[in-house]
Amino acid sequence: MSTFADTTFTPPELIRNFCIIAHIDHGKSTLADRMLQITGVVEERAMRAQYLDRMDIERERGITIKAQNVRLPWQVDGQNHVLHMIDTPGHVDFTYEVSRALEACEGAVLLVDAAQGIEAQTLANLYLALENDLAIIPVLNKIDLPAADPDKYAKEIAHIIGCEPEEVLRVSAKSGLGVRELLDEVVLKVPAPQGDADAPARAMIFDSVYDTYRGVVTYIRVVDGKITPRERIRMMSTNATHELLEVGIISPEPKPSVGLGVGEVGYLITGVKDVRQSKVGDTVTSERKGATEPLAGYREPKPMVYSGLYPVDGSDYPDLREALDKLQLNDAALTYEPETSAALGFGFRCGFLGLLHLEITRDRLEREFGLDLISTAPNVVYRVVLDDGTGELIVTNPSDWPTGRVGEIFEPITRCTIIAPSDYIGTIMELCQTKRGQLGGMDYLSEDRVELRYTMPMAEIIFDFFDALKSRTRGYASLDYEESGEQSAELVKVDILLQGEPVDAFSAIVHKDAAYGYGTRMATKLRELIPRQQFEVPIQAAVGSRVIARETIRAIRKDVLAKCYGGDITRKRKLLEKQKEGKKRMKMVGRVEVPQEAFVAALSTDESSDKGKGKK
Amino acid sequence: MPHTGAVPSTLPDGDPAPADGALPSSALRGLGERPFGVYVHVPFCATRCGYCDFNTYTPGELGTTASPESWLEGLRRELDLAAGVLGSAPPAETVFVGGGTPSLLGVDGLTDVLDAVRDSFGLAADAEVTTESNPESTSAEFFAGIRAAGYTRVSLGMQSAARHVLAVLDRTHTPGRAVAAAREAADAGFAHVNLDLIYGTPGERVEDLRASLDAVLAAGVDHVSAYALIVEEGTALARRVRRGDLPAPDDDRLAESYELVDSVLSAHGLDWYEVSNWASSADARCRHNLGYWLGGDWWGAGPGAHSHVGGVRWWNVKHPARYATLLADGASPAAGRETLTDDDRRIERVLLELRLAEGLPLDTLDDTGRANASDAVADGLLDRIALAEGRCVLTARGRLLADAVVRRLT
Ligand SMILES: Nc1nc2c(ncn2[C@@H]2O[C@H](COP(=O)(O)OP(=O)(O)OP(=O)(O)O)[C@@H](O)[C@H]2O)c(=O)[nH]1
Ligand SMILES: C[S@@+](CC[C@H](N)C(=O)[O-])C[C@H]1O[C@@H](n2cnc3c(N)ncnc32)[C@H](O)[C@@H]1O
Ligand code: SF4
Ligand SMILES: [Mg+2]
Repeated sequence: MSTFADTTFTPPELIRNFCIIAHIDHGKSTLADRMLQITGVVEERAMRAQYLDRMDIERERGITIKAQNVRLPWQVDGQNHVLHMIDTPGHVDFTYEVSRALEACEGAVLLVDAAQGIEAQTLANLYLALENDLAIIPVLNKIDLPAADPDKYAKEIAHIIGCEPEEVLRVSAKSGLGVRELLDEVVLKVPAPQGDADAPARAMIFDSVYDTYRGVVTYIRVVDGKITPRERIRMMSTNATHELLEVGIISPEPKPSVGLGVGEVGYLITGVKDVRQSKVGDTVTSERKGATEPLAGYREPKPMVYSGLYPVDGSDYPDLREALDKLQLNDAALTYEPETSAALGFGFRCGFLGLLHLEITRDRLEREFGLDLISTAPNVVYRVVLDDGTGELIVTNPSDWPTGRVGEIFEPITRCTIIAPSDYIGTIMELCQTKRGQLGGMDYLSEDRVELRYTMPMAEIIFDFFDALKSRTRGYASLDYEESGEQSAELVKVDILLQGEPVDAFSAIVHKDAAYGYGTRMATKLRELIPRQQFEVPIQAAVGSRVIARETIRAIRKDVLAKCYGGDITRKRKLLEKQKEGKKRMKMVGRVEVPQEAFVAALSTDESSDKGKGKK
Repeated sequence: MPHTGAVPSTLPDGDPAPADGALPSSALRGLGERPFGVYVHVPFCATRCGYCDFNTYTPGELGTTASPESWLEGLRRELDLAAGVLGSAPPAETVFVGGGTPSLLGVDGLTDVLDAVRDSFGLAADAEVTTESNPESTSAEFFAGIRAAGYTRVSLGMQSAARHVLAVLDRTHTPGRAVAAAREAADAGFAHVNLDLIYGTPGERVEDLRASLDAVLAAGVDHVSAYALIVEEGTALARRVRRGDLPAPDDDRLAESYELVDSVLSAHGLDWYEVSNWASSADARCRHNLGYWLGGDWWGAGPGAHSHVGGVRWWNVKHPARYATLLADGASPAAGRETLTDDDRRIERVLLELRLAEGLPLDTLDDTGRANASDAVADGLLDRIALAEGRCVLTARGRLLADAVVRRLT
């Protein structure tokens, strides 16, 4: 079936570009599903839930990681229109995906779960959209749920965005109820894109994805002029020129087209193999008679959390490098640099947007590339001013912490927003206090729900804050945070020593008041995780030369099979071979044999991340 | 692999064994220059002890598929086949009838077994002929009968002198019976009697172990084997431990128990000669078992029995019914075998000889092994003087860590 939307160069006044933004799990992808169905771009039998969550890992975890755009036809009052819809992720780690999507749009559907109301990422994403001057269409979703309270939450929304509660649309993304009306509203409310069709071509790259078969696929939104497959293009930041192999639209599979005109969203393929040559935020123009002024670019995503990734089997190191190279093709936010650890051997110090990003990357490396990895405890980036006036150090790995010479230390802080039922205000404040948070303000969203604003060290947030918050509010609190500069702090490096030898992988930078807690926790954990050796092994936690906690692993006393196996010597020998095989999987710390599992278990914060956030 | 009643302990993975049981000529070379023994496996028990994963079957598990008669018939055929395969086999220097519960065969059955060995191989003039026996299925007449048949040594499964320990182990004999049986055996003219002990049974207190050792000493035997209880996968004991009905044996406690056993026995003239074995003199040592540990040749006959001749190891099918059927068809009962490489043989020497009081010649080790041996001396695991004399001999602490030492030396 061919539709109006299949042909490009649609007049801009008939185009509407919008994205769906919301807190995690409020139903963006499900709403996108209904739009795909109602507009007829996906046939009934090809439909599956969260159609646009294409990656295995997205489907498994039930969350969106990559934003996805689709071109949809929609008729209002007999007039055909083209809608470019972008489904975005809701998790805070992927906020940069949202901000990129916003650049390609004039409007945003702000979706709110009618059983939960406004949550932290609702606000964060709303503010992002407002900063971009987008038209906001407020929508309550899941009105089919028995627990839905649309009247209450319509008021909340109206209060926040400054509209009338009646203006908030009500839909069920699950049943499709209200979705047609929503599409009509998009056409009505979202401004048509504006641009100069006769000006030199300018298109904004808002995403760039590596595909094994097609190479780099670059997603663009044309602002001025046109992009056609016959013309060579130029990347304005580098002046590199490329031949265009294909230009097309997504509906929802890629379809080649004759080109893209003002306001249109689509993709282009040049044959380059590296996404870095097709950088998000860059402006594409035509090689001949191209534009001279690029469009305003994006802020590059900046890693906030660092962790060392090491192959369990040292000989997998080259494979890990290759795997990281490949993943980075698709994930500009991922950074990595080789590093070595005395305990773990060769690995990479990797930068991530947050813990979920770390976890997902690790997961993909393990599953898609068959690697077995150890990741060290995540940390943030510190700035250490040396007291001898020789300058400063940026520390992304506790091992690089200077000895002596430490003058002032700066740690990144975040502005964070917590939304929760007002019953929990006391509990939350207590928790935030222990995490060195400073209350910035508090607002009631409705009689019984509040928004608390805090300034908090990022290190506290990435550790176990979210889990602590969830468990203390019985899952009702939501959290959003963004980086907001740095503050001077009294931080120390805690080392963990086995038999007097520091184990670099276990060192951590913590606030001086938390040093004792970290030290005892690690020492106790390790005592349980490290098998007894033929000699006694003292475990110590130390700040500099001061020991703050100690434990002892007693020497093993028995390691002999004393049983008559008669003549079955084969069995004995095989058992020995197996034990020796097991020994190979041990990492040596001095003379102490530490099993890989001990590293994995000791370094997992068990309560650190919020996986699928409530999706069981 | 677990065995629940009818599926007893696992056999190793190996190469297929030829149907005629033939051995490569390399294995036969030097036969007779090494000690040669015969092991006979009796796969029957009256009941199954909860901790045991040996290849043995109760009447209920066997049903009508096999019987002591069909087994004996098979055994005779296997011993015949063995004589053929080995060609000019030397007379057996040692015979060990183990199980299972050989005493269930009675005097006549055990006489038949020994006669069958004699018929096929003959017995050396000073042959050591041992049978294992369970205390409850023995008597003064039994011992007199088997002594007359030519047995020279008896090994009794005493396990403990504490009633509650025997109960946890599912042993059916009364606390005093093993010692009484040992005396009856001595009275019947057995100069060599062994008592098996198990220590570390859940609920066993230090006093219980002391009492068991006192009983052993009172019995006046010349040999003791003491084993730490192993919770074997698939046994009833393992299930009870997993369910939490019984605590798992604790390694530190086991180590203390071992030290107690060793100190009490050695104070009474029973010296260790292998990690789990003590004897009152060099003559009292079990020559048959020494054959296993010193790389001797032996033919293991019976279901699930293991054999070794000149660097080839093989093992029989486990089930008595299958065993009997194969032999009735004139086929070898071997289920699989392996031919040891030079390196395998070297590792086995370390594995086995290190456990002996005589120790292991240092030149058996490769360079790293030798360097590690010096470290092991420093760690108090190997005897310093012995090493200086070119042998690796475990210290008392080293015996308890023998497997770790073996890993370091191989
Ligand atoms: N009852 C009901 N459930 C819905 C509705 N819309 C979505 N859901 C459910 O809510 C859950 C989350 O839906 P998604 O569409 O994956 O949410 P999302 O906002 O895309 O989530 P992220 O991409 O991870 O931020 C799924 O279990 C959906 O089936 C609705 O209208 N009614
Ligand atoms: C296999 S039994 C055969 C002899 C005889 N049926 C008996 O039980 O006395 C030989 C000895 O192995 C020891 N044994 C068997 N299973 C054991 C286990 N799970 N742990 C420790 N020793 C064990 C016992 O001491 C037993 O006497
Ligand atoms: S009597 Fe001996 S062989 Fe039989 S089940 Fe008990 S321990 Fe095992
Ligand atoms: Mg989604």
